[in-house]
Amino acid sequence: MIGRMSLPFRMLVALLYIFLLAPILIVLPLSFSNDAYLTFPPQSWGLRWYAAMFRHQGLMEALWVSLGVAATVTILGLAAGVPAAFAIRRYEFTGRDFILNLFTAPLLLPSIVLGLAILLVFVQARLLGTYTGLVIAHLIVTTPYVIRIMLTAFSTLPPSVEEAATMLGAPPFTVFRRVTLPLMMPGFVASAALSFLLSFDEVVISLFITGPRMRTLPVEIFDYVESQTDPMTAAVSVVLVVATLLIIFLIERTLGLSKTVGKS
Amino acid sequence: MTTTIATTPSMSAATPWIRRIPLVVVLMLIPMAAINLVAFILPVARLAMISFIESRSGGVLTDTFTLENYIDFFTDSFSVELISNSLLLGFIVTLATLICAYPIALFLHRVSPRWRNFLFVITISPLLVSSVVRTYGWMVLLGDQGVVNGLLMSAGIIQTPVRLVNNSLGVYIGMVEVLIPYMALSLIAGFGRLDMVFEEAAASLGANSWTRFRRVILPLTMPGIALGCLLCFVLAISSFITPKLLGGGRVFLLATEIYDQAVIQLEWPSAAATSVIVLIIFGLALALYSRVVKRFD
Repeated sequence: MIGRMSLPFRMLVALLYIFLLAPILIVLPLSFSNDAYLTFPPQSWGLRWYAAMFRHQGLMEALWVSLGVAATVTILGLAAGVPAAFAIRRYEFTGRDFILNLFTAPLLLPSIVLGLAILLVFVQARLLGTYTGLVIAHLIVTTPYVIRIMLTAFSTLPPSVEEAATMLGAPPFTVFRRVTLPLMMPGFVASAALSFLLSFDEVVISLFITGPRMRTLPVEIFDYVESQTDPMTAAVSVVLVVATLLIIFLIERTLGLSKTVGKS
Repeated sequence: MTTTIATTPSMSAATPWIRRIPLVVVLMLIPMAAINLVAFILPVARLAMISFIESRSGGVLTDTFTLENYIDFFTDSFSVELISNSLLLGFIVTLATLICAYPIALFLHRVSPRWRNFLFVITISPLLVSSVVRTYGWMVLLGDQGVVNGLLMSAGIIQTPVRLVNNSLGVYIGMVEVLIPYMALSLIAGFGRLDMVFEEAAASLGANSWTRFRRVILPLTMPGIALGCLLCFVLAISSFITPKLLGGGRVFLLATEIYDQAVIQLEWPSAAATSVIVLIIFGLALALYSRVVKRFD
């Protein structure tokens, strides 16, 4: 009897889930509207706004910018974050805790403040509206997560495993390839996927530092939503949600999502 | 720019403090340190500095240091309104999010493991959907011609559309939904101490379900509640996308003001001063949190 969940409680939870998912689910039927403006339920159905989306030049350019930035940020973020996490986990040195706190501190700063702060430096360095600027700004958002995830990953890999392989006669590169790398793989994949998604979705900081020449997809969508309300945003949203789900599904299938986020 | 990134950390390698760190560690930390320096330390330092600089119109910065930006902020009645709007939003949204997320977290804690993993992913999945997309969804739902008004009108409950967006109500609704996953995650993390044994014990001593909730479940889950409230409060008062889009330019908050000052009016010193105010509120919230946590430990 204790801990058994009553029907009203289950219904309440179901209602709360509907509330939580409603804004995401509503865009699906809306994206198949053929109306010229936003009505719900749509008067006519079709793929008109999906076609419009692919013909929208600004949107398509922004998509390529976002994909490029996210890919660069993912690679550079891993290249910088993985060695840093390894050094922090495996070596004892002066100021280790300070370094770790410093590297993860950007997480604590609100994006609106960080965005303004980066704008103030980039305007001097002439990095506003540039690819380099976007990559640097996004790196500060993604690397704290890379370091956190890799710290967990490295701590689940005790040095004794590598030592055992070495003792059994494996050369260093073989130890790395056959022992270290496979055990690190979930951490790498989780860091990479999260970095890509965070960079691809980043909007507040990007709003400060994108210019008319170079805009990311979320900035383009933000401006579009602010200026007009037609169902095209719904079509874009559905594509983004489906793409995200696909990435999550692939990770879940290959590694298990709960394992990669380090949560049981 | 590239040369700055490459040389700055190695120059600091000459200082005695850094000499005690093995070279291999320094090499592994350099790329990350460079990113941190260029995109975090320098910007934050410059933000703090510019908040004390005298401003001229059109984004021109002078060399004169002044307290004027802060004095202007606190003597302007509009700024006082901004602070009270933001704090009110923070408190109401945090409370509403807690009320919405608590049943979800409790349900996840008690449901069978097979369902738990699936529902856990569902609960945090909105975090992976862009906040612009979710806010757009709310505009569709809550607009004058939107789904909610349509349902209410066809049910005959209302005759004319109720205003649900472009005002504070719309911002509150959207914010609560955006923050539920964060609150649920914090609550679940804090539910570890909640064991069915305690409830059974309380029940065997004659406590009814309300008493069990108030005297057993609630105190045990307090650390999670405190953490979730802190997180949601700081996220609420610094959020920008949802208030900007659902507020329709009629809801004035500290975060929207920072953006307007910086990007539209190009008043960087004022924007920097407003940012520092937001950070001070953050610090106060954090101090309050650590006091609350100490009491429950």
